[in-house]
Amino acid sequence: MSDSLYERIGGEAAVNAAVELFYRKVLNDYRINRFFDKTDMDSQLAKQKAFFTYAFGGPNHYTGKDMRSAHARLVKMGMDGSHFDVVMEHLGATLHELNVPGELIAEAAGIALGARSDVLGL
Amino acid sequence: MFDLLIKNNRFTCRPGETVLDALLRENVNIPYGCRAGICQSCVVQSLDVTPPAEAQGNLKDTLKSSGHFLACQCVPEQAMRLKLPAQEAGYTDCAVIGSELMNRNTRLLIIRVNDAHRYKAGQFVNLQRSDGLTRSYSIANIPQSSGALEFHIRCLPGGRFSAWVHDELKVGDSLRVSEPQGHCFYLPDRKEQGLLLIGTGTGLAPLAGILADALAHGHSGPIRLFHGSREKEDLYWTEEMRELAKRYPNLSYTPCVSSGDAPEGFAPGRANEVALAAHPDLSRWRVFLCGHPDMVKNTQKQAYLKGARLADIYCDAFVVSTEAAD
Ligand SMILES: Cc1cc2nc3c(=O)[nH]c(=O)nc-3n(C[C@H](O)[C@H](O)[C@H](O)COP(=O)(O)OP(=O)(O)OC[C@H]3O[C@@H](n4cnc5c(N)ncnc54)[C@H](O)[C@@H]3O)c2cc1C
Ligand code: FES
Repeated sequence: MSDSLYERIGGEAAVNAAVELFYRKVLNDYRINRFFDKTDMDSQLAKQKAFFTYAFGGPNHYTGKDMRSAHARLVKMGMDGSHFDVVMEHLGATLHELNVPGELIAEAAGIALGARSDVLGL
Repeated sequence: MFDLLIKNNRFTCRPGETVLDALLRENVNIPYGCRAGICQSCVVQSLDVTPPAEAQGNLKDTLKSSGHFLACQCVPEQAMRLKLPAQEAGYTDCAVIGSELMNRNTRLLIIRVNDAHRYKAGQFVNLQRSDGLTRSYSIANIPQSSGALEFHIRCLPGGRFSAWVHDELKVGDSLRVSEPQGHCFYLPDRKEQGLLLIGTGTGLAPLAGILADALAHGHSGPIRLFHGSREKEDLYWTEEMRELAKRYPNLSYTPCVSSGDAPEGFAPGRANEVALAAHPDLSRWRVFLCGHPDMVKNTQKQAYLKGARLADIYCDAFVVSTEAAD
């Protein structure tokens, strides 16, 4: 088998670069920033890092059940499909900005989309 | 409930309790300072099981792989056999060579060290009293040039360590000093980059060190220092900093007072707010934030939103342990 998406996209360094751009976009977006905790930046960054590692198909330990419980609080706060789509939009824009080739972006977006129903508790 | 075994002694850790809390409850003598995973003075070693990852936080890899972890961050997941560090491990005895008040509640403490080149301005060390009481303080000077470490220590009412430093510790006494810790210091690359330094209270200590270091390295970009406190009387070194700013055209200094009317020469408001308002775009700046933990966290996020790269934001939160003094 060829290298994983995670390796082709650039591994941990790519995750870090993506988190840097992505989290700023998200915090500046009034449509969704209320879902991103207001105080502890370090733990938020760790979460964003886990998100990108997941979307890049990298080493992670998530199950669908983890995804559900991790996002249950946000669903209670009113998070729905429209918010999920906004996050997908920022994911795509971030990877574009980092000059990630289109087909790799599509692959990452596909993985993230796969978690949609777990994240939204559907 | 899990057992903690130390040599032939058995202690129990209650559900949800940290190793540090359990050992303190059992009257085991173990050094600690911040209880927040920052100062690393509570390092212990697991001799059998691998400690939980979050308890190993940002320890050096060599320590991690040998089973060391932070007792204050470890809620055990199973029984553990532990080794406590020898009381003096990692500490050196050093002599106090200077101690003087800089304002009504802040003292300049100077300690001679032998291997000064290992310590960088802006890092912090743990100071330990002979009975084991340990607290973190930031290095306010360039140790290499004087062979000494300088600290700015604010006296908290009832503070066990700080009040003792103010009232009892004398020139000639000795104090144990740890290895240098932390990553909040100046790196002499990108000398044309702007440096934004924001500190509250004794947060000026690491900033003064970083500032001196940057100037000594010939930093050519703008350097902007904002130092804030509630009242003017709690600031210090205002004249010294004004003089320094006159000597170095790329340095500016803004003392800030957050309560009441600011006297002439002082900016009204909190240092972080004054500083951020003056810098709408931080995308090329290196930012240093030192002092009150809430100020540091909050400003870290604002600086990032104003474009500063994560790797260019250096934070030093002066976490004060929250337990009641006994
Ligand atoms: C990385 C790091 C660097 C630090 N650098 C410095 C430094 O350069 N200079 C410095 O002075 N300190 C610094 N500190 C804080 C220092 O380590 C001690 O926590 C501080 O001196 C208090 O210790 P203490 O033993 O005197 O107080 P403790 O006996 O630990 O008592 C603290 C008590 O005071 C209460 N308290 C907290 N804040 C206040 C307040 N503003 N007024 C009144 N009561 C309060 C708390 O609730 C607590 O009960 C730093 C801390 C960290 C983690
Ligand atoms: S890191 Fe544990 S007491 Fe400071």
